[in-house]
Amino acid sequence: MWGSQAGFGSLVKGVPSFVIPSVPDPAAFLRLHTDDHADPSCKIKIQHGTTTLAFRYQGGVIVAVDSRATAGSYVASGTVKKVIEINPYLLGTMAGGAADCQYWETYLGVHCRLHELRNRERISVSAASKYLSNLVYSYKGMGLSMGTMICGWDKTGPALFYVDSDGTRLKGNIFSVGSGSTFAYGVLDQEYRWDLPDEEAQELARRSIYAAGHRDAFSGNTCNLYQVKEDGWQFIGNYDITKLHYDGPGEAPGNGYGYDIRVEGQTSTDLPATAGQA
Amino acid sequence: METSFALTGKGYVIVAADTTAARSIVKMKDDQDKIKELGSHLLMAYSGEPGPSNAYIIMPTQPTDPLLSFYSGDTIQFAEYVERNIRLYQIRHLYPLRPSAAASWIRRSLAVSLRSRNAFTVNLLIGGYDLADHKPTLYWIDYLGTVVEVPFAAHGYGSYFALSLLDRYHNPDATLEEGLATLKRCINEVSKRLVVSPDRYKVKVVDKDGVREVEL
Repeated sequence: MWGSQAGFGSLVKGVPSFVIPSVPDPAAFLRLHTDDHADPSCKIKIQHGTTTLAFRYQGGVIVAVDSRATAGSYVASGTVKKVIEINPYLLGTMAGGAADCQYWETYLGVHCRLHELRNRERISVSAASKYLSNLVYSYKGMGLSMGTMICGWDKTGPALFYVDSDGTRLKGNIFSVGSGSTFAYGVLDQEYRWDLPDEEAQELARRSIYAAGHRDAFSGNTCNLYQVKEDGWQFIGNYDITKLHYDGPGEAPGNGYGYDIRVEGQTSTDLPATAGQA
Repeated sequence: METSFALTGKGYVIVAADTTAARSIVKMKDDQDKIKELGSHLLMAYSGEPGPSNAYIIMPTQPTDPLLSFYSGDTIQFAEYVERNIRLYQIRHLYPLRPSAAASWIRRSLAVSLRSRNAFTVNLLIGGYDLADHKPTLYWIDYLGTVVEVPFAAHGYGSYFALSLLDRYHNPDATLEEGLATLKRCINEVSKRLVVSPDRYKVKVVDKDGVREVEL
């Protein structure tokens, strides 16, 4: 092999491959040991349960995720980074198997860089997401579990694609993935519009993740918020969902998102006007 | 699938339920009233019964999963049983049960039924206006006999979309118009996102003047 080890080192030993269990059907073997629905005492518990969302709007792409990892009913971690920074212009989100998302999106980053070196221009979000979807499709039926959104900015402007391990790849303006996605959609759909200002877009994303963190047992802890603009992505902040509930996102307390905090002092009791005096 | 919503506001409770009666994959009827008027100031929305007749046709999970249920005979049986007994109380005592008492009695009926060979698996929303303290009250009851008084409630797949929305938009002191607007938000969201969403709902209101049906 010519050239430096840095460029093609991974190919020196041939095309890389995985060690798979030496059984007739590796996928069935994996399923046997990971299917915790059918067998709660199975040896390998894959991390599930998440809320992730991303939407395209006038100012770019907003990406927001929660940070809880659960294995069955156990909260394995409350500080997971579910936004994977593929490169300065591409973000990927993580739902489903944590390891699968982390590994394959990092791997995608490697190939995006190779594309840059070979073609002297950045890969489009469309091409990057197609690369990932083709890749996971080639492993279809072998137990991969990912539901991801590839977000970025390219020549066409802000771009957003949903890619999952079934091989589905969808272009769109709004996506939410994970067990808490229905709750997030419930809030997100109500105030989404294309011409949202940046501040309102960020607030909407935070509120949507909060709603899911509040209603879905498998989502919660904190919310990580990112924004993609023409010059690449930017990390906006990490917000404690309990703090969002009681105090809201800012430093000043009293702007809590929680229902009880919002409606404090209101009552549905409707006393007749004369009842007090009589 | 079956979906029902209810919410309280200033001096009223709105109860809404979809109007489809389905058996297996077939929609048998699209104007079924699933909200019983239990008294002059009491409403009950009932849904969900996984009858064994259709349980094994479509359901991939355990047959008692209320979310995968379809409307059928069992729910009506239970609703009519409740309706007649609440009426009997009023005839015997010359005054009706207050909403909280009615909810307690209904819950107990479900709990007793649950411990029998053939339990009713019915999910309920009880909306009432208590004339004694002018308080609109709403009770969420599930097929296991859980009762909880809430400012808003939902049953079925629709609840997954509507509850977060109601957390955000419901107001206990909203006018009836505002309350109906919030209900419309819920219905529209479910139509937008749920794959097999109901297309028609029946909406009833209970306030100090009694129960009535409203058009959305």
